[in-house]
Order: sequence, then structure tokens, then C-alpha cells
Amino acid sequence: MSMSKEDVIEVEGKVLEPLPNAMFQVELANGHKVLAHVSGKIRMNFIRILPGDRVTVELSPYDLSRGRITYRFK
Amino acid sequence: MIELKNANQLERMRNAGRIVGETLRLMRELAKPGVTTIELDRMAEEYIRAQGAVPAFKGYNGFPATLCTSVNEQVVHGIPGLRCLESGDIISIDCGAVIDGYFGDAAVTLPIGQVGQDILNLLKVTEESLMLGIAQAKIGNRLYDVSYAVQTHVEANGFSVVRDYVGHGIGRAMHEDPQIPNFGKPGRGPRLEVGMALAIEPMVNMGTYEVQTLKDHWTVVTKDNRPSAHFEHTVAITENGLEILTRC
Repeated sequence: MSMSKEDVIEVEGKVLEPLPNAMFQVELANGHKVLAHVSGKIRMNFIRILPGDRVTVELSPYDLSRGRITYRFK
Repeated sequence: MIELKNANQLERMRNAGRIVGETLRLMRELAKPGVTTIELDRMAEEYIRAQGAVPAFKGYNGFPATLCTSVNEQVVHGIPGLRCLESGDIISIDCGAVIDGYFGDAAVTLPIGQVGQDILNLLKVTEESLMLGIAQAKIGNRLYDVSYAVQTHVEANGFSVVRDYVGHGIGRAMHEDPQIPNFGKPGRGPRLEVGMALAIEPMVNMGTYEVQTLKDHWTVVTKDNRPSAHFEHTVAITENGLEILTRC
């Protein structure tokens, strides 16, 4: 079975609060709170992320407490 | 961390590889027009269990079957179902088995009935690129020498190499370090040493290299819906040289 390049784990979460430097604390579906930064693609398209937004977070299997916000749901 | 296998462990990998190879050989016989992918899956599972092994894919991250059956524009991870094979189709069958704690993983793409020459060429080039990649997997080379060999052969023939999925180390787990992309710069990557077990798997598209995953969260298809081929072997680097464990 082929392996996915860059073993990322994609999860959904809700943005809890904004932190400095475009970082956010996001609460995942399983209750875990992670520190996430906003991906370049989202910034490039001038999409604002606010507390309460539902987002997709990419987690690295090497550090499950940090992630990258890659999608904001409508 | 790349885990090196000792002689005893390699022997168990040979066993796992042999069972996978035999299962695929069985698939070569059975994959004909009129057969459904779920029938192939059942025969494969029956055979693997009869050898005392366990299908490796079933339950892996929730995958529901023993084989990945990917038809035509499906690249990898197709789920066996009621789809009936028709003349003109190509089917990539990926199979994995675990016995005595060690894994084997291999794949072939088979033409069904009468298949167009251009598609047969895709299959030929993909299989050749696998063998060329394997030829580079010798002691003293670096990992991406393999990747580069695959990429150059594929692109020289006008096809493209999938970027989003890669080969992988294999042993006590199905997916181990290192990741083995099918593209890369030669002379880079970790040095290849005795004891490494690698699953090299070129995935080649007739058109664009871009792929996407369907709503079933598994089946990967080419973005332009043109056909894709996939061949894979588990190989071990031993003191006596390179050994293909999953001959079929």
C-alpha cells in the first residue's frame, strides 16, 4: 500500500482564541487543544480566521500539539 | 530511523514476500473480463490465510479489504466492490501480507482482455521503471538514485510520476522509514546499507501527475481521468546483493 508523502494527520477543530503572530489555539474534535499557525495559502488569499471558526488543521505525527490551519469552513 | 534487518529477520521477510508474490501470481490468472474486484479480493484473502499469514491492508487505518484494486484512472487504494472488469480495462492490484510479525507488499497492473497499445506501453514503461529503480538499490548508492532512475525513465517516455504517494521502508510495520519518492535528485538521501528492506512502488500517469482522493476517503484518481499504472516490489539489500522478495 502506498504511503502518503508527508505523513500529516488532518483533523477538524474550532478556533478558541487568537495568539500573537497569526497563531491560534484550536480545540480539536477529541478535546485536545493545539497551537496552530495559519498556512501561507490562507494568508495569501486574505482569509481572516476568527475565534469560533471551524477549521481543518494539519498535524505532524512528530508533534501532535502543533498544527497548521489549512482550511476554514463556511 | 531506518531499521536494518538481520539474517533471521530477512528470512521472515522472504516468507512474507513469497506469500504476497504467490497471491499476485494467482491474481494474474483470475483477473479476466467478467470478474468483479470483490471476487479477486476474496480469493486473495483466502489464499493468504491458507498460507498462515494475515492480510496486511485489512483494518490498516480502516481500510476495508485485503487488496487495493485500482482500475484505469484510479491510481492506488481502490476499494474492491461490485465493479466488473471489462475488456480494455487495466487493474492495479496491490497486496500486502504479514506473517510471523513481518510484512510483504507488492503490486502489479494487469491488462484485461484487449487493451490499447498506448496503455500497454504505460504498463511496460512503469514496470521497467520499477526494475530500473531496483537496479539502483545497491550498497553504496544513495536512496534517491532509485527515485531518479524511476523518474527519468518515466518522463523520457512522456508519462508522469505521481508526487503525492511514495514507496517506503518495510519490516515489522508496513510503512517504515525511509520514504521512497519516485522522483528526486541522484546522489541524495540516506546511504543504502545491508539489512534495508524497501518497498519501491512507481505510480505512473499517462497525463498529469496530479491526483485527488475521492469522497470514500481512499480511492485516489488522476485529476485528468487518464489511466495510471502501479508496480511494486519489496526488495532486501543483503550481503550477496539485492534480492526481490515478492517475485510474481
